[in-house]
Amino acid sequence: MELLDANLELKEIQKLQGHTDRVWSLAWNPATAAADVPSVFASCSGDKTVRIWEESPSTRSWDCKAVLEETHTRTVRSCAWSPSGKLLATASFDATTAIWENVGGDFECVSTLEGHENEVKSVSWNASGSLLATCGRDKTVWIWEVMPGNEFDCIQVLQGHTQDVKMVQWHPTMDMLFSCSYDNTVKVWWSEDADGDWSCVQTLGESNNGHSSTVWSLAFNAKGDKLVTCSDDLSLKIWEADIIRMQSGDGYAPWNHMCTLSGYHDRTVFSVHWSRDGIIASGAADDAVRLFVESKDGSMNGPTYQLLLKKKAHDMDVNSVQWFPGEKRLLASASDDGTIKIWELASLA
Amino acid sequence: MVSGLINANPVVYEKKERRVRNSAPQFDEYAVEPIDQLEIFDILFLLLLLDIKDPEHPYSLEELKVITEDAIEVDNDRGYVRVTFTPTVEHCSMATVIGLCLRVKLMRSLPSRYKMDIRVAPGTHATEAAVNKQLNDKERVAAALENPNLVDMVDECLAPSYG
Repeated sequence: MELLDANLELKEIQKLQGHTDRVWSLAWNPATAAADVPSVFASCSGDKTVRIWEESPSTRSWDCKAVLEETHTRTVRSCAWSPSGKLLATASFDATTAIWENVGGDFECVSTLEGHENEVKSVSWNASGSLLATCGRDKTVWIWEVMPGNEFDCIQVLQGHTQDVKMVQWHPTMDMLFSCSYDNTVKVWWSEDADGDWSCVQTLGESNNGHSSTVWSLAFNAKGDKLVTCSDDLSLKIWEADIIRMQSGDGYAPWNHMCTLSGYHDRTVFSVHWSRDGIIASGAADDAVRLFVESKDGSMNGPTYQLLLKKKAHDMDVNSVQWFPGEKRLLASASDDGTIKIWELASLA
Repeated sequence: MVSGLINANPVVYEKKERRVRNSAPQFDEYAVEPIDQLEIFDILFLLLLLDIKDPEHPYSLEELKVITEDAIEVDNDRGYVRVTFTPTVEHCSMATVIGLCLRVKLMRSLPSRYKMDIRVAPGTHATEAAVNKQLNDKERVAAALENPNLVDMVDECLAPSYG
């Protein structure tokens, strides 16, 4: 059945409290997506801590299993699990990125990545878990190679943004890196050969249908041929590229603007995430979560996207929305109100 | 330390006489909307704001006409506040600090559900767009407020005057 005709609602499953300041970001552990494993996610906050939440098999609710504290000395802005789910990376305003390993249920800080001049704002693992990227207020993007024994070597510092870099995100299948910035642009970093240097091959800016204010976040669809970006200009933009060509080794294929979703958000859009089955979720400073889906009966110009539903989700700004990577249609949202909520997209009873 | 003031001779205006009211203004976020809540809120708001000092001078922002009553917009139904301020000189490098003080004062005084925008009055600052963007980027504000030197400065600006 078409999602648009399905009469769906976002049902609040649980509200998680524990952080004592705004929750900036959260990340589901990808290794816990299978149906027979309790799902786990991490959240990070202005209270300088990271919390690990695990689903209880009996009650089906999430409990805080660990508080990672006394390592970061300032806001923890973002967190990301390695693809294997064994390591957690956390980026902090204290200019460091910490790597945590789950050792028999206890999380130990096994490495601290230093180098950024000041606030680190985002961290991302590539698809194979062999590379890490970080970015921050110093306008740079760093690429780190994961070495044996929890060693991380900075292999390149990428310069090009003219203002602080808000987020970095690797492509889901290829070693292609994306960064978005306070300078209103998204930059694509690409390496022609496996061991070569990354360079900026494309800048998605206002002059080519890009955003007119800070770009806060971006996400890919499951296939990796579409990209969605969100901004302080109150819009979402969808971009597409010939991923088959890139995967077959025929060189870089540029990302082209496909459509702009505007008129939906009243305040800054901080977070955007694409579900496995094609639903785009956005979280904004108007306290709401919105869901968008592709509408097939679009114009001749290809598919368009339309609003599936809007939900007032929190008492304050929604900073992060993340779909559960498994079968279930679960969405987690993190807010300035200090809480995290788990939602289920379900048919109206 | 600051060597030489950016605006050494500011124009100082007299403080506006407060409107007289019959009862003390009250603000209860759970209360049913009173008819004149907007007005009461406006007054309360001014009382909160006007003692903020210019980082460079012992005068309050009201005395320097950085903030006037007209520059405060309140939409109670939407829980929205907008403050437009006028820096004392066009190249005032203190504009972001003044804006940060206003934001902190509002954050500390208003219920957390309120949304706020702090802006420089159009045409009153050389880098108006840049100042506005920075003041309304909550990540940069959050980072600034973790800087002890900046917090000290803001606290000093917000310190009550006993004159």
